[in-house]
Amino acid sequence: MTMDLRELYQDIILDHGRHPRNFHAMAKPSHFAHGHNPLCGDKVTVYLKLEGDRIADVSFEGRGCAISTASASLMTEVLKGKTLAEAEALFKSFHARVTGGDPVPAPPELADDAERLEPLTGVKTYPARVKCATLAWHAFEAAVKGGALGVSVKTE
Amino acid sequence: MPVVSPLRSRAAGGFDVRRVRRDFPIFERNPGLVFLDTAASAQKPKPVIEGVAEFYRTDYANVHRGVYRLSAASTDHYEKARETARRFLNAAHSDEIVFVRGTTEAINLVAFSWGAKFLGPGDEVVLSELEHHSNIVPWQLLRDRIGFKILAAPIDAAGGIDLAAFERLLTPRTKLVAITHISNVTGHIVPVDAVIRLAHARGAKVLLDGAQATPRLPVDVQALDVDFYAFSGHKAYGPTGIGVLYGKSALLAEMPPWQGGGSMIGTVSFERTTYLEPPHRFEAGTPDISGAIGLGFALDYIEGLGREAIRDHEEALTGYAVSRLSTLPGVTVLGAGQRQLGVLSFTIEGIHPHDVGTVLDQNNVAVRAGHHCAQPLMDRFGVAGTTRASFGVYNDESDVDALAAAIKAAQELFRA
Repeated sequence: MTMDLRELYQDIILDHGRHPRNFHAMAKPSHFAHGHNPLCGDKVTVYLKLEGDRIADVSFEGRGCAISTASASLMTEVLKGKTLAEAEALFKSFHARVTGGDPVPAPPELADDAERLEPLTGVKTYPARVKCATLAWHAFEAAVKGGALGVSVKTE
Repeated sequence: MPVVSPLRSRAAGGFDVRRVRRDFPIFERNPGLVFLDTAASAQKPKPVIEGVAEFYRTDYANVHRGVYRLSAASTDHYEKARETARRFLNAAHSDEIVFVRGTTEAINLVAFSWGAKFLGPGDEVVLSELEHHSNIVPWQLLRDRIGFKILAAPIDAAGGIDLAAFERLLTPRTKLVAITHISNVTGHIVPVDAVIRLAHARGAKVLLDGAQATPRLPVDVQALDVDFYAFSGHKAYGPTGIGVLYGKSALLAEMPPWQGGGSMIGTVSFERTTYLEPPHRFEAGTPDISGAIGLGFALDYIEGLGREAIRDHEEALTGYAVSRLSTLPGVTVLGAGQRQLGVLSFTIEGIHPHDVGTVLDQNNVAVRAGHHCAQPLMDRFGVAGTTRASFGVYNDESDVDALAAAIKAAQELFRA
Protein backbone atom coordinates (compact mmCIF):
# COMPACT_ATOMS: atom_id res chain seq x y z
CA MET A 1 0.00 0.00 0.00
CA THR A 2 1.27 3.45 -0.84
CA MET A 3 1.88 6.22 1.67
CA ASP A 4 -0.90 8.26 0.05
CA LEU A 5 -3.47 5.67 0.98
CA ARG A 6 -2.21 5.47 4.54
CA GLU A 7 -2.69 9.20 4.81
CA LEU A 8 -6.27 8.89 3.61
CA TYR A 9 -7.19 5.77 5.49
CA GLN A 10 -5.56 6.35 8.86
CA ASP A 11 -6.35 3.87 11.60
CA ILE A 12 -8.78 6.24 13.26
CA ILE A 13 -10.76 6.52 9.99
CA LEU A 14 -10.85 2.77 9.50
CA ASP A 15 -11.93 2.34 13.13
CA HIS A 16 -14.72 4.91 12.99
CA GLY A 17 -15.74 3.63 9.55
CA ARG A 18 -16.15 0.13 10.91
CA HIS A 19 -17.47 1.04 14.35
CA PRO A 20 -19.20 4.39 14.07
CA ARG A 21 -19.99 6.15 17.37
CA ASN A 22 -23.41 7.65 18.13
CA PHE A 23 -24.75 5.62 15.21
CA HIS A 24 -28.47 5.41 15.88
CA ALA A 25 -31.72 7.25 15.32
CA MET A 26 -32.76 9.62 18.11
CA ALA A 27 -36.17 9.18 19.72
CA LYS A 28 -37.21 12.81 20.03
CA PRO A 29 -34.73 15.05 18.28
CA SER A 30 -35.33 18.77 18.44
CA HIS A 31 -33.64 19.06 15.07
CA PHE A 32 -32.74 16.62 12.29
CA ALA A 33 -31.91 16.61 8.59
CA HIS A 34 -31.09 14.22 5.79
CA GLY A 35 -27.94 14.59 3.76
CA HIS A 36 -27.64 13.02 0.34
CA ASN A 37 -24.77 12.84 -2.11
CA PRO A 38 -26.52 12.27 -5.46
CA LEU A 39 -23.21 11.43 -7.09
CA CYS A 40 -22.64 8.25 -5.09
CA GLY A 41 -25.99 7.72 -3.38
CA ASP A 42 -24.58 8.07 0.13
CA LYS A 43 -27.17 9.06 2.70
CA VAL A 44 -26.88 10.30 6.25
CA THR A 45 -29.44 11.56 8.75
CA VAL A 46 -28.15 13.76 11.58
CA TYR A 47 -30.21 14.11 14.78
CA LEU A 48 -29.76 16.85 17.38
CA LYS A 49 -31.11 17.62 20.78
CA LEU A 50 -30.55 21.29 21.43
CA GLU A 51 -30.92 22.86 24.85
CA GLY A 52 -30.86 26.56 24.23
CA ASP A 53 -27.90 26.95 21.93
CA ARG A 54 -26.06 23.98 23.37
CA ILE A 55 -25.90 20.60 21.63
CA ALA A 56 -27.04 18.27 24.39
CA ASP A 57 -27.02 15.20 22.15
CA VAL A 58 -26.18 14.32 18.56
CA SER A 59 -26.40 11.07 16.62
CA PHE A 60 -26.57 9.87 13.04
CA GLU A 61 -27.54 6.97 10.85
CA GLY A 62 -27.18 6.20 7.18
CA ARG A 63 -25.04 4.39 4.69
CA GLY A 64 -21.82 5.52 3.19
CA CYS A 65 -18.17 4.89 2.57
CA ALA A 66 -15.50 4.68 5.25
CA ILE A 67 -14.71 8.38 4.87
CA SER A 68 -18.28 9.65 5.19
CA THR A 69 -19.11 7.26 8.03
CA ALA A 70 -15.94 8.12 9.94
CA SER A 71 -16.50 11.82 9.35
CA ALA A 72 -20.06 11.65 10.68
CA SER A 73 -18.90 9.60 13.66
CA LEU A 74 -16.06 11.97 14.58
CA MET A 75 -18.37 14.92 14.05
CA THR A 76 -20.85 13.62 16.61
CA GLU A 77 -18.02 13.11 19.08
CA VAL A 78 -16.68 16.64 18.83
CA LEU A 79 -20.08 18.34 18.68
CA LYS A 80 -21.56 16.88 21.83
CA GLY A 81 -21.76 19.62 24.46
CA LYS A 82 -20.70 22.43 22.13
CA THR A 83 -22.61 25.63 21.52
CA LEU A 84 -23.87 26.30 18.02
CA ALA A 85 -21.31 29.08 17.66
CA GLU A 86 -18.52 26.66 18.57
CA ALA A 87 -19.91 24.07 16.15
CA GLU A 88 -19.95 26.60 13.37
CA ALA A 89 -16.37 27.62 14.08
CA LEU A 90 -15.30 23.96 13.99
CA PHE A 91 -17.09 23.36 10.68
CA LYS A 92 -15.55 26.44 9.09
CA SER A 93 -12.08 25.41 10.12
CA PHE A 94 -12.69 21.78 9.08
CA HIS A 95 -14.20 22.76 5.73
CA ALA A 96 -11.22 24.96 4.90
CA ARG A 97 -8.82 22.13 5.70
CA VAL A 98 -10.58 19.37 3.72
CA THR A 99 -11.10 21.55 0.67
CA GLY A 100 -7.56 22.87 0.80
CA GLY A 101 -8.84 26.44 1.03
CA ASP A 102 -7.33 29.37 2.93
CA PRO A 103 -6.81 28.23 6.51
CA VAL A 104 -9.47 29.23 9.02
CA PRO A 105 -7.88 28.44 12.39
CA ALA A 106 -10.26 27.20 15.08
CA PRO A 107 -10.37 29.30 18.27
CA PRO A 108 -7.74 28.14 20.81
CA GLU A 109 -10.32 26.62 23.15
CA LEU A 110 -11.44 24.32 20.29
CA ALA A 111 -7.95 23.32 19.21
CA ASP A 112 -8.28 19.82 20.70
CA ASP A 113 -11.50 19.20 18.79
CA ALA A 114 -10.06 20.49 15.54
CA GLU A 115 -7.14 18.11 16.14
CA ARG A 116 -9.59 15.19 16.50
CA LEU A 117 -10.84 15.93 12.98
CA GLU A 118 -7.36 16.22 11.50
CA PRO A 119 -7.17 12.60 10.22
CA LEU A 120 -10.00 13.38 7.79
CA THR A 121 -8.10 16.14 6.08
CA GLY A 122 -6.24 13.56 3.99
CA VAL A 123 -9.14 13.82 1.54
CA LYS A 124 -7.93 17.20 0.29
CA THR A 125 -5.67 15.45 -2.21
CA TYR A 126 -8.63 13.33 -3.43
CA PRO A 127 -11.04 15.85 -4.99
CA ALA A 128 -13.59 13.12 -5.71
CA ARG A 129 -13.76 12.29 -2.00
CA VAL A 130 -14.04 15.71 -0.34
CA LYS A 131 -17.83 15.59 -0.33
CA CYS A 132 -17.71 12.27 1.51
CA ALA A 133 -16.04 14.09 4.41
CA THR A 134 -18.37 17.10 4.41
CA LEU A 135 -21.75 15.37 3.90
CA ALA A 136 -22.56 14.89 7.61
CA TRP A 137 -21.51 18.44 8.41
CA HIS A 138 -23.84 19.83 5.73
CA ALA A 139 -26.64 17.72 7.19
CA PHE A 140 -25.80 19.08 10.66
CA GLU A 141 -25.97 22.63 9.38
CA ALA A 142 -29.29 21.92 7.64
CA ALA A 143 -30.69 20.38 10.83
CA VAL A 144 -29.82 23.49 12.84
CA LYS A 145 -31.57 25.67 10.29
CA GLY A 146 -34.49 23.34 9.58
CA GLY A 147 -35.43 22.34 13.14
CA ALA A 148 -37.79 19.37 13.55
CA LEU A 149 -38.92 19.47 9.92
CA GLY A 150 -36.36 16.93 8.76
CA VAL A 151 -35.17 18.92 5.77
CA SER A 152 -32.97 17.42 3.10
CA VAL A 153 -29.70 18.75 1.85
CA LYS A 154 -27.64 17.66 -1.13
CA THR A 155 -23.92 18.08 -1.37
CA GLU A 156 -23.21 21.16 -3.44
CA MET B 1 -36.41 -18.61 -25.17
CA PRO B 2 -33.43 -16.55 -24.08
CA VAL B 3 -30.27 -17.35 -25.91
CA VAL B 4 -27.80 -18.40 -23.24
CA SER B 5 -24.64 -19.87 -24.56
CA PRO B 6 -21.92 -21.25 -22.33
CA LEU B 7 -19.06 -18.86 -21.85
CA ARG B 8 -16.51 -19.42 -24.50
CA SER B 9 -13.25 -20.42 -22.95
CA ARG B 10 -11.18 -20.13 -26.08
CA ALA B 11 -9.04 -17.12 -25.40
CA ALA B 12 -8.76 -14.48 -28.01
CA GLY B 13 -7.85 -16.62 -30.99
CA GLY B 14 -6.41 -14.28 -33.57
CA PHE B 15 -7.07 -11.22 -31.41
CA ASP B 16 -3.75 -9.58 -30.68
CA VAL B 17 -4.36 -7.25 -27.74
CA ARG B 18 -0.75 -6.09 -27.60
CA ARG B 19 -0.99 -4.89 -31.16
CA VAL B 20 -4.36 -3.27 -30.51
CA ARG B 21 -2.96 -1.40 -27.50
CA ARG B 22 -0.38 0.25 -29.72
CA ASP B 23 -3.27 1.92 -31.55
CA PHE B 24 -4.24 3.76 -28.34
CA PRO B 25 -1.78 6.54 -27.38
CA ILE B 26 -3.29 6.86 -23.88
CA PHE B 27 -1.42 3.71 -22.86
CA GLU B 28 1.89 5.14 -24.06
CA ARG B 29 1.36 8.31 -22.04
CA ASN B 30 0.12 6.44 -18.95
CA PRO B 31 2.40 3.45 -18.51
CA GLY B 32 0.93 0.83 -16.23
CA LEU B 33 -2.61 2.12 -16.64
CA VAL B 34 -5.18 -0.63 -16.13
CA PHE B 35 -8.19 0.94 -17.77
CA LEU B 36 -11.39 -0.88 -16.86
CA ASP B 37 -13.97 1.85 -17.46
CA THR B 38 -14.77 1.52 -21.15
CA ALA B 39 -18.48 1.20 -20.32
CA ALA B 40 -18.33 4.84 -19.20
CA SER B 41 -16.26 5.93 -22.19
CA ALA B 42 -13.78 4.17 -24.43
CA GLN B 43 -10.23 5.35 -25.13
CA LYS B 44 -9.54 6.60 -28.64
CA PRO B 45 -7.41 4.91 -31.30
CA LYS B 46 -5.03 6.82 -33.56
CA PRO B 47 -7.26 6.60 -36.66
CA VAL B 48 -9.89 8.60 -34.77
CA ILE B 49 -7.52 11.12 -33.15
CA GLU B 50 -5.49 11.65 -36.27
CA GLY B 51 -8.40 11.37 -38.69
CA VAL B 52 -10.29 14.17 -36.96
CA ALA B 53 -7.16 16.36 -36.82
CA GLU B 54 -6.51 15.70 -40.50
CA PHE B 55 -10.08 16.62 -41.40
CA TYR B 56 -9.73 19.95 -39.56
CA ARG B 57 -6.44 20.56 -41.35
CA THR B 58 -7.60 19.81 -44.85
CA ASP B 59 -11.33 19.80 -45.54
CA TYR B 60 -13.14 21.61 -42.75
CA ALA B 61 -16.11 23.88 -43.46
CA ASN B 62 -19.78 23.88 -42.52
CA VAL B 63 -21.97 21.25 -44.18
CA HIS B 64 -25.01 21.52 -46.44
CA ARG B 65 -24.53 25.28 -46.83
CA GLY B 66 -21.61 26.55 -48.83
CA VAL B 67 -21.44 26.49 -52.60
CA TYR B 68 -17.67 26.39 -52.36
CA ARG B 69 -15.48 23.32 -52.72
CA LEU B 70 -14.47 23.01 -49.04
CA SER B 71 -18.07 22.92 -47.91
CA ALA B 72 -18.80 20.26 -50.50
CA ALA B 73 -15.84 18.22 -49.31
CA SER B 74 -16.91 18.59 -45.69
CA THR B 75 -20.46 17.57 -46.59
CA ASP B 76 -19.12 14.53 -48.43
CA HIS B 77 -17.16 13.41 -45.35
CA TYR B 78 -20.16 14.00 -43.09
CA GLU B 79 -22.56 12.04 -45.30
CA LYS B 80 -19.96 9.33 -45.81
CA ALA B 81 -19.90 8.91 -42.03
CA ARG B 82 -23.67 8.49 -42.12
CA GLU B 83 -23.23 5.75 -44.72
CA THR B 84 -20.59 4.11 -42.50
CA ALA B 85 -23.06 4.12 -39.61
CA ARG B 86 -25.74 2.67 -41.88
CA ARG B 87 -23.44 -0.15 -42.90
CA PHE B 88 -22.41 -0.69 -39.27
CA LEU B 89 -26.02 -1.25 -38.21
CA ASN B 90 -27.02 -2.79 -41.53
CA ALA B 91 -29.83 -0.26 -41.90
CA ALA B 92 -31.67 -0.35 -45.22
CA HIS B 93 -31.13 3.35 -46.01
CA SER B 94 -28.71 5.99 -44.79
CA ASP B 95 -31.76 8.27 -44.34
CA GLU B 96 -32.57 6.12 -41.34
CA ILE B 97 -29.44 7.31 -39.56
CA VAL B 98 -29.92 10.48 -37.50
CA PHE B 99 -26.84 12.04 -35.94
CA VAL B 100 -27.46 13.06 -32.35
CA ARG B 101 -25.27 13.91 -29.33
CA GLY B 102 -25.43 10.40 -27.97
CA THR B 103 -27.74 7.68 -26.69
CA THR B 104 -29.36 10.07 -24.22
CA GLU B 105 -30.31 12.53 -26.93
CA ALA B 106 -31.48 9.72 -29.22
CA ILE B 107 -33.92 8.48 -26.58
CA ASN B 108 -35.09 12.01 -25.81
CA LEU B 109 -35.66 12.54 -29.53
CA VAL B 110 -37.85 9.45 -29.79
CA ALA B 111 -39.74 10.42 -26.63
CA PHE B 112 -40.41 14.03 -27.56
CA SER B 113 -41.03 13.49 -31.27
CA TRP B 114 -42.52 10.02 -31.73
CA GLY B 115 -43.78 9.69 -28.15
CA ALA B 116 -45.36 13.13 -27.95
CA LYS B 117 -47.26 12.42 -31.15
CA PHE B 118 -48.24 8.79 -30.70
CA LEU B 119 -48.56 8.28 -26.94
CA GLY B 120 -51.58 9.36 -24.95
CA PRO B 121 -53.38 8.78 -21.64
CA GLY B 122 -54.19 5.11 -21.23
CA ASP B 123 -51.16 3.97 -23.19
CA GLU B 124 -48.32 2.03 -21.63
CA VAL B 125 -44.55 2.12 -22.13
CA VAL B 126 -42.63 -0.92 -20.93
CA LEU B 127 -39.05 -0.44 -19.71
CA SER B 128 -37.00 -2.86 -17.62
CA GLU B 129 -35.30 -2.90 -14.25
CA LEU B 130 -31.95 -2.97 -16.04
CA GLU B 131 -32.31 0.48 -17.54
CA HIS B 132 -29.86 3.34 -17.35
CA HIS B 133 -31.45 6.57 -16.12
CA SER B 134 -31.27 7.86 -19.70
CA ASN B 135 -33.88 5.29 -20.70
CA ILE B 136 -36.11 6.07 -17.73
CA VAL B 137 -36.13 9.82 -17.17
CA PRO B 138 -37.09 10.96 -20.71
CA TRP B 139 -40.19 8.75 -20.50
CA GLN B 140 -41.06 10.15 -17.08
CA LEU B 141 -40.72 13.72 -18.36
CA LEU B 142 -43.06 12.92 -21.23
CA ARG B 143 -45.45 10.96 -19.01
CA ASP B 144 -45.76 13.91 -16.64
CA ARG B 145 -46.80 15.98 -19.61
CA ILE B 146 -49.27 13.66 -21.31
CA GLY B 147 -50.14 10.98 -18.78
CA PHE B 148 -49.37 7.45 -20.00
CA LYS B 149 -48.22 4.64 -17.75
CA ILE B 150 -44.64 3.37 -17.35
CA LEU B 151 -44.07 -0.27 -16.43
CA ALA B 152 -40.75 -1.96 -15.69
CA ALA B 153 -40.11 -5.54 -16.77
CA PRO B 154 -38.51 -7.31 -13.82
CA ILE B 155 -35.29 -9.25 -13.71
CA ASP B 156 -35.25 -12.72 -12.22
CA ALA B 157 -33.24 -13.86 -9.22
CA ALA B 158 -30.25 -14.57 -11.44
CA GLY B 159 -30.23 -11.04 -12.82
CA GLY B 160 -31.56 -11.72 -16.32
CA ILE B 161 -34.69 -10.30 -17.87
CA ASP B 162 -37.67 -12.43 -16.83
CA LEU B 163 -39.21 -13.01 -20.26
CA ALA B 164 -42.37 -14.61 -18.91
CA ALA B 165 -43.00 -11.64 -16.62
CA PHE B 166 -42.15 -9.31 -19.49
CA GLU B 167 -44.71 -11.01 -21.69
CA ARG B 168 -47.37 -10.63 -19.00
CA LEU B 169 -46.81 -6.87 -18.98
CA LEU B 170 -47.64 -6.62 -22.68
CA THR B 171 -51.23 -5.68 -23.47
CA PRO B 172 -53.02 -3.91 -26.31
CA ARG B 173 -52.26 -0.71 -24.36
CA THR B 174 -48.52 -1.26 -24.78
CA LYS B 175 -47.33 1.19 -27.41
CA LEU B 176 -43.60 0.99 -26.86
CA VAL B 177 -40.99 -1.26 -25.30
CA ALA B 178 -37.77 0.62 -24.56
CA ILE B 179 -35.05 -1.63 -23.24
CA THR B 180 -31.30 -1.96 -23.12
CA HIS B 181 -29.42 -4.39 -25.37
CA ILE B 182 -26.65 -4.96 -22.82
CA SER B 183 -26.88 -3.87 -19.18
CA ASN B 184 -24.39 -1.13 -18.32
CA VAL B 185 -24.18 -2.59 -14.80
CA THR B 186 -24.03 -6.38 -15.14
CA GLY B 187 -23.17 -6.76 -18.82
CA HIS B 188 -26.19 -9.03 -19.18
CA ILE B 189 -27.09 -9.53 -22.85
CA VAL B 190 -30.82 -9.08 -23.07
CA PRO B 191 -32.48 -11.62 -25.39
CA VAL B 192 -33.62 -8.83 -27.66
CA ASP B 193 -34.83 -11.13 -30.44
CA ALA B 194 -37.47 -12.55 -28.12
CA VAL B 195 -38.29 -9.13 -26.67
CA ILE B 196 -38.87 -7.68 -30.12
CA ARG B 197 -40.91 -10.65 -31.31
CA LEU B 198 -43.18 -10.54 -28.24
CA ALA B 199 -43.59 -6.76 -28.43
CA HIS B 200 -44.36 -6.77 -32.13
CA ALA B 201 -46.91 -9.52 -31.63
CA ARG B 202 -48.82 -7.01 -29.45
CA GLY B 203 -48.36 -4.21 -31.95
CA ALA B 204 -45.84 -2.32 -29.80
CA LYS B 205 -42.78 -0.58 -31.19
CA VAL B 206 -39.35 -1.36 -29.76
CA LEU B 207 -36.47 0.95 -28.94
CA LEU B 208 -33.13 -0.60 -28.01
CA ASP B 209 -30.48 1.25 -26.02
CA GLY B 210 -27.37 0.02 -27.79
CA ALA B 211 -24.82 2.10 -25.87
CA GLN B 212 -22.99 -0.94 -24.47
CA ALA B 213 -23.81 -3.40 -27.24
CA THR B 214 -22.70 -1.43 -30.29
CA PRO B 215 -18.95 -1.58 -29.58
CA ARG B 216 -19.13 -5.22 -28.50
CA LEU B 217 -21.51 -7.18 -30.76
CA PRO B 218 -22.48 -7.35 -34.40
CA VAL B 219 -25.78 -5.43 -34.64
CA ASP B 220 -28.11 -5.86 -37.58
CA VAL B 221 -31.21 -3.68 -37.21
CA GLN B 222 -32.95 -5.34 -40.16
CA ALA B 223 -32.42 -8.86 -38.84
CA LEU B 224 -33.57 -7.67 -35.41
CA ASP B 225 -36.51 -5.87 -37.02
CA VAL B 226 -36.05 -3.23 -34.30
CA ASP B 227 -37.91 0.07 -34.69
CA PHE B 228 -35.40 2.41 -33.02
CA TYR B 229 -31.79 1.74 -32.08
CA ALA B 230 -29.62 4.25 -30.21
CA PHE B 231 -25.91 4.39 -29.47
CA SER B 232 -23.14 6.78 -28.45
CA GLY B 233 -19.95 7.38 -30.39
CA HIS B 234 -17.71 7.85 -27.37
CA LYS B 235 -18.36 4.36 -26.02
CA ALA B 236 -17.51 2.96 -29.45
CA TYR B 237 -13.98 4.46 -29.54
CA GLY B 238 -15.25 7.62 -31.24
CA PRO B 239 -15.45 11.25 -30.09
CA THR B 240 -17.78 12.55 -27.39
CA GLY B 241 -20.81 14.59 -28.43
CA ILE B 242 -21.88 12.36 -31.29
CA GLY B 243 -24.18 9.39 -31.49
CA VAL B 244 -26.73 7.75 -33.71
CA LEU B 245 -30.43 7.20 -33.67
CA TYR B 246 -31.57 4.58 -36.13
CA GLY B 247 -35.27 4.66 -36.93
CA LYS B 248 -37.23 2.76 -39.54
CA SER B 249 -37.99 5.04 -42.50
CA ALA B 250 -41.74 4.74 -42.11
CA LEU B 251 -41.52 5.79 -38.46
CA LEU B 252 -39.13 8.69 -38.98
CA ALA B 253 -41.28 9.94 -41.85
CA GLU B 254 -44.32 10.47 -39.64
CA MET B 255 -42.38 12.03 -36.75
CA PRO B 256 -42.47 15.80 -36.24
CA PRO B 257 -39.27 17.80 -35.69
CA TRP B 258 -38.24 18.00 -32.06
CA GLN B 259 -35.86 20.93 -32.32
CA GLY B 260 -36.13 23.81 -34.74
CA GLY B 261 -33.36 25.70 -36.46
CA GLY B 262 -31.24 25.88 -39.53
CA SER B 263 -30.55 22.81 -41.67
CA MET B 264 -33.89 21.17 -40.95
CA ILE B 265 -36.26 23.41 -42.91
CA GLY B 266 -37.65 23.53 -46.43
CA THR B 267 -38.98 27.10 -46.48
CA VAL B 268 -39.53 29.49 -43.61
CA SER B 269 -41.94 32.39 -43.36
CA PHE B 270 -43.58 33.91 -40.29
CA GLU B 271 -46.82 32.25 -41.32
CA ARG B 272 -45.64 28.78 -42.17
CA THR B 273 -42.51 26.68 -42.22
CA THR B 274 -41.94 23.38 -43.97
CA TYR B 275 -39.45 20.78 -42.88
CA LEU B 276 -36.92 18.60 -44.64
CA GLU B 277 -37.30 14.85 -44.84
CA PRO B 278 -35.51 12.63 -42.31
CA PRO B 279 -32.77 12.49 -41.23
CA HIS B 280 -32.14 16.23 -41.73
CA ARG B 281 -35.50 17.10 -40.17
CA PHE B 282 -33.97 15.96 -36.87
CA GLU B 283 -30.60 17.66 -37.21
CA ALA B 284 -31.34 21.32 -36.46
CA GLY B 285 -28.38 23.67 -36.41
CA THR B 286 -24.79 23.04 -37.38
CA PRO B 287 -24.17 19.41 -36.45
CA ASP B 288 -21.10 17.96 -34.77
CA ILE B 289 -19.38 17.60 -38.12
CA SER B 290 -15.97 16.45 -36.94
CA GLY B 291 -17.67 14.26 -34.34
CA ALA B 292 -19.66 12.44 -37.00
CA ILE B 293 -16.57 12.03 -39.14
CA GLY B 294 -14.59 10.77 -36.13
CA LEU B 295 -17.39 8.34 -35.38
CA GLY B 296 -17.11 7.05 -38.94
CA PHE B 297 -13.38 6.42 -38.37
CA ALA B 298 -14.16 4.66 -35.09
CA LEU B 299 -16.75 2.36 -36.67
CA ASP B 300 -14.29 1.57 -39.46
CA TYR B 301 -11.71 0.77 -36.79
CA ILE B 302 -14.08 -1.62 -35.03
CA GLU B 303 -14.93 -3.32 -38.30
CA GLY B 304 -11.23 -3.60 -39.07
CA LEU B 305 -10.70 -5.57 -35.88
CA GLY B 306 -13.76 -7.66 -36.66
CA ARG B 307 -16.96 -7.50 -34.65
CA GLU B 308 -17.23 -11.24 -34.09
CA ALA B 309 -13.59 -11.27 -32.99
CA ILE B 310 -14.25 -8.41 -30.54
CA ARG B 311 -17.31 -10.16 -29.15
CA ASP B 312 -15.47 -13.44 -28.71
CA HIS B 313 -12.49 -11.71 -27.11
CA GLU B 314 -14.60 -9.71 -24.67
CA GLU B 315 -16.87 -12.62 -23.86
CA ALA B 316 -13.89 -14.82 -23.02
CA LEU B 317 -12.33 -12.01 -20.98
CA THR B 318 -15.58 -11.32 -19.13
CA GLY B 319 -15.92 -15.02 -18.37
CA TYR B 320 -12.35 -15.09 -17.07
CA ALA B 321 -13.03 -12.03 -14.87
CA VAL B 322 -16.27 -13.40 -13.48
CA SER B 323 -14.70 -16.71 -12.50
CA ARG B 324 -11.54 -15.03 -11.19
CA LEU B 325 -13.43 -12.55 -9.00
CA SER B 326 -15.97 -15.12 -7.85
CA THR B 327 -13.19 -17.12 -6.22
CA LEU B 328 -12.12 -14.15 -4.07
CA PRO B 329 -13.61 -14.42 -0.58
CA GLY B 330 -16.15 -11.69 0.18
CA VAL B 331 -16.54 -10.71 -3.46
CA THR B 332 -19.95 -11.08 -5.12
CA VAL B 333 -20.42 -10.57 -8.86
CA LEU B 334 -23.91 -9.29 -9.67
CA GLY B 335 -25.89 -11.36 -12.14
CA ALA B 336 -23.11 -13.91 -12.60
CA GLY B 337 -24.29 -16.93 -14.54
CA GLN B 338 -26.21 -14.86 -17.06
CA ARG B 339 -24.60 -14.36 -20.43
CA GLN B 340 -22.41 -11.30 -19.79
CA LEU B 341 -20.42 -9.25 -22.22
CA GLY B 342 -17.79 -6.63 -21.50
CA VAL B 343 -19.18 -5.34 -18.21
CA LEU B 344 -19.38 -6.70 -14.68
CA SER B 345 -20.27 -5.28 -11.28
CA PHE B 346 -19.25 -6.58 -7.91
CA THR B 347 -19.51 -5.83 -4.24
CA ILE B 348 -16.92 -6.55 -1.57
CA GLU B 349 -18.25 -7.44 1.83
CA GLY B 350 -17.57 -4.68 4.33
CA ILE B 351 -16.05 -2.20 1.88
CA HIS B 352 -17.99 0.62 0.27
CA PRO B 353 -17.58 0.88 -3.53
CA HIS B 354 -16.10 4.37 -3.26
CA ASP B 355 -13.40 3.15 -0.93
CA VAL B 356 -12.77 0.27 -3.32
CA GLY B 357 -12.52 2.73 -6.21
CA THR B 358 -10.00 4.90 -4.38
CA VAL B 359 -7.79 1.96 -3.40
CA LEU B 360 -7.97 0.55 -6.92
CA ASP B 361 -7.02 3.93 -8.34
CA GLN B 362 -3.95 3.99 -6.12
CA ASN B 363 -3.05 0.68 -7.75
CA ASN B 364 -3.48 2.29 -11.18
CA VAL B 365 -6.71 0.39 -11.83
CA ALA B 366 -9.44 2.69 -13.19
CA VAL B 367 -12.96 1.45 -12.44
CA ARG B 368 -16.29 3.07 -11.83
CA ALA B 369 -17.83 3.05 -8.36
CA GLY B 370 -21.37 4.01 -7.45
CA HIS B 371 -24.85 3.49 -8.83
CA HIS B 372 -23.88 3.66 -12.54
CA CYS B 373 -26.94 5.79 -13.38
CA ALA B 374 -29.08 2.75 -12.65
CA GLN B 375 -30.55 3.39 -9.20
CA PRO B 376 -33.64 1.18 -9.73
CA LEU B 377 -31.34 -1.75 -10.51
CA MET B 378 -29.26 -1.02 -7.39
CA ASP B 379 -32.48 -1.09 -5.34
CA ARG B 380 -33.45 -4.34 -7.06
CA PHE B 381 -30.15 -5.94 -6.07
CA GLY B 382 -30.47 -4.39 -2.60
CA VAL B 383 -27.15 -2.54 -2.77
CA ALA B 384 -26.33 1.16 -2.52
CA GLY B 385 -23.76 0.86 -5.23
CA THR B 386 -21.21 -1.43 -6.81
CA THR B 387 -17.75 -1.37 -8.26
CA ARG B 388 -17.85 -1.90 -12.01
CA ALA B 389 -15.13 -3.19 -14.29
CA SER B 390 -15.68 -3.00 -18.02
CA PHE B 391 -13.56 -4.02 -20.95
CA GLY B 392 -12.53 -2.74 -24.33
CA VAL B 393 -10.52 -4.10 -27.21
CA TYR B 394 -7.29 -3.11 -25.40
CA ASN B 395 -7.87 -5.23 -22.29
CA ASP B 396 -6.64 -8.73 -21.60
CA GLU B 397 -6.26 -11.20 -18.74
CA SER B 398 -3.38 -9.23 -17.22
CA ASP B 399 -5.81 -6.37 -16.54
CA VAL B 400 -8.14 -8.75 -14.74
CA ASP B 401 -5.22 -10.10 -12.71
CA ALA B 402 -4.27 -6.53 -11.75
CA LEU B 403 -7.87 -5.93 -10.70
CA ALA B 404 -7.90 -9.06 -8.57
CA ALA B 405 -4.62 -8.07 -6.91
CA ALA B 406 -5.94 -4.56 -6.21
CA ILE B 407 -9.11 -6.01 -4.67
CA LYS B 408 -6.91 -8.06 -2.35
CA ALA B 409 -5.01 -4.91 -1.42
CA ALA B 410 -8.29 -3.20 -0.57
CA GLN B 411 -9.37 -6.14 1.54
CA GLU B 412 -6.05 -6.09 3.33
CA LEU B 413 -6.37 -2.38 4.06
CA PHE B 414 -9.88 -2.70 5.37
CA ARG B 415 -9.24 -6.15 6.84
CA ALA B 416 -12.63 -7.11 5.48
